[in-house]
Amino acid sequence: MILLAIALASAGILAYEVLLTRLLAITQWHHFTYMVISIALLGYGVSGAFLALMRDRLKPHFTTAFAASAALFGFSAVAAFAVAQRLPFNALEVIWDPRQLLYLLALYLLYTLPFFCGANCVGLAFICMTDRVGRIYRYDLIGAGTGALGAVAALFLLRPPQVLELVAVLGCAAAALASLSERKARGRRWAALYGAGAILAATAIPPAWIELEISQFKGLRQALAVPGTEVVAERSGPLGLLTAVRSPTIPFRHAPGLSLNATGEPPAQIGVFTDGDGLSAITAFDGRREPLAYLDFTTTALPYHLLDEPRVLVLGAGGGADVLLALYHGARRIDAVELDPNFVWLVREKFSDFAGNLYDRPEVRVRIAEARGFVAGERTRYDMIQLSLIDALSGASARSLSESYLYTVEAFGDFLERLEPGGYLAISRRLKLPPRDSLKLFATALDALKVAGVADPLRHLALIRSWNTTTLLVKRKPLTESEIADIRAFAEARSFDLAFLPGLTEEDANRYNILARPFLFEGARALAGPRRAAFLDAYKFDLRPASDDRPYFFDFFRWRALPELLAKRATGGAAMLDWGYLILFATLVQAVGLVLVLVLLPLWFGRRPARARGGWRVALYFFAIGVAFLFMEIVFIQRFLLFLSHPLYAVAVVLAAFLVFAGLGAGATAWLEDRLIDTRISVLQLAVACIALLAALYVFMLPALFRALAPLADPLKILLSLFLIAPLAFWMGMPFPLALARVKSRLPALVPWAWGVNGCASVLSAILATLLAVNLGFTPVVLIAVALYIGAAALFHAPLDQ
Amino acid sequence: MINRKRPISSGTFGRMAAFCLVALAVAQFGFGSIAEADDYAADRNDMLTVIQAHAQYSKSATGRDYIDPKVIGAMASAPRHEFVPESVKSLAYRDRPLPIGYGQTISQPFIVALMTDLLRVEEDHVVLEIGTGSGYQAAVLAPLARQVYSIEIVPELARRAAATLARLNVANVTTRAGDGYYGWPAAAPFDGIVVTAAGSHVPPPLVKQLKPGGRMVIPVGAAFAVQYLLLIEKGTDGRVRTRQLLPVRFVPLTGGR
Repeated sequence: MILLAIALASAGILAYEVLLTRLLAITQWHHFTYMVISIALLGYGVSGAFLALMRDRLKPHFTTAFAASAALFGFSAVAAFAVAQRLPFNALEVIWDPRQLLYLLALYLLYTLPFFCGANCVGLAFICMTDRVGRIYRYDLIGAGTGALGAVAALFLLRPPQVLELVAVLGCAAAALASLSERKARGRRWAALYGAGAILAATAIPPAWIELEISQFKGLRQALAVPGTEVVAERSGPLGLLTAVRSPTIPFRHAPGLSLNATGEPPAQIGVFTDGDGLSAITAFDGRREPLAYLDFTTTALPYHLLDEPRVLVLGAGGGADVLLALYHGARRIDAVELDPNFVWLVREKFSDFAGNLYDRPEVRVRIAEARGFVAGERTRYDMIQLSLIDALSGASARSLSESYLYTVEAFGDFLERLEPGGYLAISRRLKLPPRDSLKLFATALDALKVAGVADPLRHLALIRSWNTTTLLVKRKPLTESEIADIRAFAEARSFDLAFLPGLTEEDANRYNILARPFLFEGARALAGPRRAAFLDAYKFDLRPASDDRPYFFDFFRWRALPELLAKRATGGAAMLDWGYLILFATLVQAVGLVLVLVLLPLWFGRRPARARGGWRVALYFFAIGVAFLFMEIVFIQRFLLFLSHPLYAVAVVLAAFLVFAGLGAGATAWLEDRLIDTRISVLQLAVACIALLAALYVFMLPALFRALAPLADPLKILLSLFLIAPLAFWMGMPFPLALARVKSRLPALVPWAWGVNGCASVLSAILATLLAVNLGFTPVVLIAVALYIGAAALFHAPLDQ
Repeated sequence: MINRKRPISSGTFGRMAAFCLVALAVAQFGFGSIAEADDYAADRNDMLTVIQAHAQYSKSATGRDYIDPKVIGAMASAPRHEFVPESVKSLAYRDRPLPIGYGQTISQPFIVALMTDLLRVEEDHVVLEIGTGSGYQAAVLAPLARQVYSIEIVPELARRAAATLARLNVANVTTRAGDGYYGWPAAAPFDGIVVTAAGSHVPPPLVKQLKPGGRMVIPVGAAFAVQYLLLIEKGTDGRVRTRQLLPVRFVPLTGGR
């Protein structure tokens, strides 16, 4: 019973963590994803400190304390969100108003509370049920895995506020179960009370407390301030909250990059906001071509002027603008791939009449899939593959640190491979100034062409720009003179500028949309020439092409530019900063500080783990394995992301697999110890050897293996992933319980200290792993983790009592 | 935020003296009684100093390292504190954008100065503003132009701005609530158009309502963080060109000129 309560509590904590990333992304911005990780782990760390100090007082009242903690977790999960929503925090004002940092800190501490309460449950169990450490660890991990998976599943079915209620229910249910385990009348009374709490949480939380209070500076709120606008549909999913809005009095007229020479305007549109921002549109379509003429005045239309009745693949179809563009230009066949089923539902079901049954037309084929996965499994060859304005979500820097396997050298290679010999890859993005995306795309395309064995890549590339968009064309074969002339004519007629084209001169590159210098032209030329390395080095933003090993296309941050951008923050510098990176780094600094103050100091002063008796070595050991575990987990989540065609299933499957199999591994340590008792090998040595071997094998083997297996069906891929993760996770589950058991038998006073240090390591490594991966790539992170495991094994085998 | 002790070249100093004179002169026309009587004169002067200090570094945007004294004069006469909500009144003259409700902001004074400057408003000009917001930009334009028309999409903001402008006796600003996409055909063509926030594209009707030789200015970027200013110039031949102007000198290459 109590073990089940532990699993429930762990499930609640992990579900809350997943949910909180969504809640903050909707009400604020995506930047906060990393903050949530560190908040959660800080909660664990503080709990370790708290329990170390209160151990003796809480031990006699284990069940009561456990149940109270679980119930408090449920209560504070809801309360923290309700209170946080009422703080006047505005992330956008941070550069102007130092008070915002205080509000941010308040948010941070507020959200730490539920994690602290939840972690107390697990921590108490470790302290008080010393004879069952292995089983606790197993139930904890299995619960956590289920919670993470369950939260993702729940987000498909329920709105985020309802999932929050569910988390509260889990907390109360864990409390009730724990009380029941006491097997006394008193326990049953408490269980009934907590049960009632669960029912109340599910039914009686006033909706106004937990309704999503979206920042007034996000597009949805601003749109709704316009008279006559109304929300006509809402779909919630783990990929985002989609809100469809009709605005009859003042139409949306969404047409990014529309030429200043355009005379027409977009037809009626339904605006679709993702997480309350990032407008995209479903455009009214009655089967006639003429109303779509405006689309031909965007840079995205360029490739259609070089092709005749093409077979087109649209990646990231969204509301269907690119599909309409393809129809307008008489595409013979249009394959449209969209990741979010809710978006497809909006176009195909909810607003099918409005959209002219766009996704059910005979020439259109819609697939719900991740773009890389789709391309890998597809055998059709296309005349054109189009990616336009994907990730237009919330502007420049919001997603700077989220990985994207769409814009890597390998991705471009895959796309090019799926093209007919005369086919084009066309990528459009919003133009940022000074140029970032556009130049990095150009560099990526250059590298992909080189990898594909193209002799003179420059003959294959064209880049044009309007005042706010750029379109890059990559052709499999060299561009012909007549195609070059067509590109020039297209740009000229729309007052678009040529940024790169074979034979382009500097004067031609800056005619209609005049920049202080022809930055794009100069940049493209430098990237293509012998000065490439010097240019990349001297550029104030990171333009190194992303790869599958370092898939951070949106990260442009360079420390070197920071002082200048900060000094000029009030006059435009702030808009050029990659806030995601800075927030991540600030989170690391903040976490280090808080960990030192809240976790280590009380443990040190409170209990004085005698340094002479190996206390520091215990600390080092648990720190090392804490960091190593998370490093491995994070990297392999990333690695499998590319293989499993859907990022959310991937995160859920990999995370769950890691937790469950590590749990099983933890459970098997005792059994294995008995088996190895007569040999000279210890379980830890065996485990670390297996971890090192498997990790090294995977790092070098997985990319090739995944490429070969990409066409398999999804369920098979999931099964295969489980098979691959299982052995690694199994062995990774052992170092923690092995050492904890040892510490418990020889230096029992150090158990909470070990637990706390391990928690700290997790706080730091979650953040550190991302920072390292962004800068170095995934492979070095795995190698560091392996080194840490080996180091830990060495520490373990040195005698403890020196 | 701004180091006021930064050494200022003598040329700049001379210009700044001239600014003050012009500012005083314009102030007397502009907002007469209110501007004289208010308690914010010192704050306003500080704000102007900051704007001028910023302007030294904005040559890449405006083509000159100062803000037109006429514009400074207009800003010296506009009581910015009257245009911000009570709760942030004490911050009215800080060089920062401020929230004014409904997800809108009143722009940073430096950006207002730069945008106004870029419009090159003459006394006989007719200027259109899309996005009245607080009404402050219109109030800055008023003493510079013959007539200002301003459209606001959020009715509550439109009402509030109209009331503020009326209270301050700004006579040559006409406001209305509604859709700005089609401009103000009855008053077109315009010598200058200022759009307070960029949409996904520049509305073709606005380009049409711009006189040959006219200028349109649009700030691009998220709320609270202007990325660059888009200046649209219609040549006398009717061909339209844009310039994307960073508000401050920033060269993307280290050591670049």
